[in-house]
Amino acid sequence: MRRALLILVPYLWLLALFLIPFLIVFKISLSDGALAIPPYTPTLDLSAGWEGIREFLTDLDFENFVFLSTDDLYWKAYLSSLQIAVISTAITLLVGYPIAYGMASAPDHWRPTLMMLVILPFWTSFLIRVYSWMGILSTEGYLNQLLIWLGLISGPLTILNTNTAVYIGIVYTYLPFMILPIYAALERMDGSLLEAAEDLGCSRITAFWLVTVPLSRNGIVAGCFLVFIPAIGEFVIPSLLGGSRTLMIGKVLWEEFFNNRDWPVASAVAVILLLILIVPIILFQRNEQKSREAEE
Amino acid sequence: MKRLILTTATVLALGTVASAEEVRVYNWSDYIDENLLAKFEQETGIALIYDVFDSNEVLETKLLAGGSGYDVVVPSGTFLQRQITAGAFQKLDKSKLPNLENMWDVIVDRTEQYDPGNEYSINYMWGTTGIGINVGKVAEVLGEDAPTNSLDLVFDPENMEKLSACGVHFLDASAEMIPMALKYIGEDPDSHDPEVIAKTEAVLMAVRPYVQKFHSSEYINGLANGDICVAIGWSGDVLQARDRAAEAGSGVEIAYFAPREGAQMWFDQMAIPVDAPNPDGAHKFLNFMMDPENAAAASNYVYYANGNKASQQYLAEDVIGDPAIYPDAETLANLYTTTPYPAKIQRIVTRLWTKIKSGT
Repeated sequence: MRRALLILVPYLWLLALFLIPFLIVFKISLSDGALAIPPYTPTLDLSAGWEGIREFLTDLDFENFVFLSTDDLYWKAYLSSLQIAVISTAITLLVGYPIAYGMASAPDHWRPTLMMLVILPFWTSFLIRVYSWMGILSTEGYLNQLLIWLGLISGPLTILNTNTAVYIGIVYTYLPFMILPIYAALERMDGSLLEAAEDLGCSRITAFWLVTVPLSRNGIVAGCFLVFIPAIGEFVIPSLLGGSRTLMIGKVLWEEFFNNRDWPVASAVAVILLLILIVPIILFQRNEQKSREAEE
Repeated sequence: MKRLILTTATVLALGTVASAEEVRVYNWSDYIDENLLAKFEQETGIALIYDVFDSNEVLETKLLAGGSGYDVVVPSGTFLQRQITAGAFQKLDKSKLPNLENMWDVIVDRTEQYDPGNEYSINYMWGTTGIGINVGKVAEVLGEDAPTNSLDLVFDPENMEKLSACGVHFLDASAEMIPMALKYIGEDPDSHDPEVIAKTEAVLMAVRPYVQKFHSSEYINGLANGDICVAIGWSGDVLQARDRAAEAGSGVEIAYFAPREGAQMWFDQMAIPVDAPNPDGAHKFLNFMMDPENAAAASNYVYYANGNKASQQYLAEDVIGDPAIYPDAETLANLYTTTPYPAKIQRIVTRLWTKIKSGT
């Protein structure tokens, strides 16, 4: 009984916070846009009883999904978001791993301070931090002023409103999400394993690749997911730092919803985004579980 | 936990009681003298909650979602007309608006086009959509004889290619940009014919590679700081950028031009949503804003013309005397207005606009 209850709680959580909202979005994606409140039809009229529900169901169709497949904008936006998310996850990993490694190998009494330094930026609003990047990267901004003053460049670089700025923004914002899980994995690592590897003739570099990296694999995977998943649907960073060439699905979604005021198409875009994210994640998890079971 | 729930419930209960004393206004960004907000609170004892937006589309999404919670909103003419059709507004109770007598018949007649009988709305500000430039930088890039008062400046790819070096922003508003492009190629800016509208694609696609950003409010700071040198924007916003630049004393000189080919004239109308929590307070706010001195204070601050005849005696000389704000008869005759697109055409226009913005 108690066990059933324990299992029930996460499922209820999933039902209330994922499945029900998803079904609402899915329902809107099957309707048509209208100039009314709310701006789509049909709306469910429960007072008409079964007749109303049947009428409601017959009015739904997959027209919006067909529309999405006929217009290459959406596919390009999905692919471009995927590209931006993959590249920024890779950069975040490249930057984050050495930091986490350094933190884990620092003396014990330093670690709380280092940890604090990673977490500290979270005390300021995310929006303010992205805005401050606008001040740093703009044509007349601090970075250009500094580079010109140092004599490294003669004219200002255009960084703000380009994809480069989006990468900088994403890497900066999500870096802690990469560092923390890797740090947690590295900190738990048994140092004697490295000594054993060296005793058995590994150089320090080989030992790092053969022992440290595989043992921190879970941290790397967790960090990559934590960066990749929000980055692919990111809206704030591309809209503030990106320019007219930046094409991301989060922005397309916002534009469909707010600029085009086409809720049904916006919902269809969201449903597909979710499928694109969820299917590979489930496949990956399944694969992981299998390999873990095989190891045991 | 129980205590937490109790506290939350108390706060919620207090919230509903207190809401009778609040007016929530949703207006365009950089669009009011904030002293007026304090003055309203002082005169009426009603707490004023003031939020801002920078696109008609965002406002419409909130209105049509229902339950926006706002008492006064400020859509532009064509959007107002659509939203009236959607049933988003309540009729004004004119008995609560004695200051209506101050309104300017010239503007009232023009806004009839969107709101017959002006039953749902009153004019807040009106203006034109044109081009803001950084005088020094444009002269540097294009020479002294740059076509600053013409659409050639922003729609001729040769000019735009050179200007892209110093930064160009376009408004992210299809309802302004498509008519402007139509005007440039000599078509009726208010055309609802899909084939005619499609002609703007070539015009805009030819210059889009040189547009740094499509955005409807960043250009104010961009122009003022010297980050960009040309923006298609709204008259008063560009003039605000001019003043911010002058105040900063950085040597940036900004100027506004209504293109000689013709400029769009628009009207921002104050209206009360059908589900406004405090319609009574909303009427008090509308009446307050129609007070001649208050309307003049707003115009003096934001550099937009208002629809209030009685306010003109209180307007600063650099407002009433500036033809970029209160156009002379000749310019006025050259201004055009637009009407809302039907749903099917709207979809074509928005899709075209997305294509132009994203390049695909």
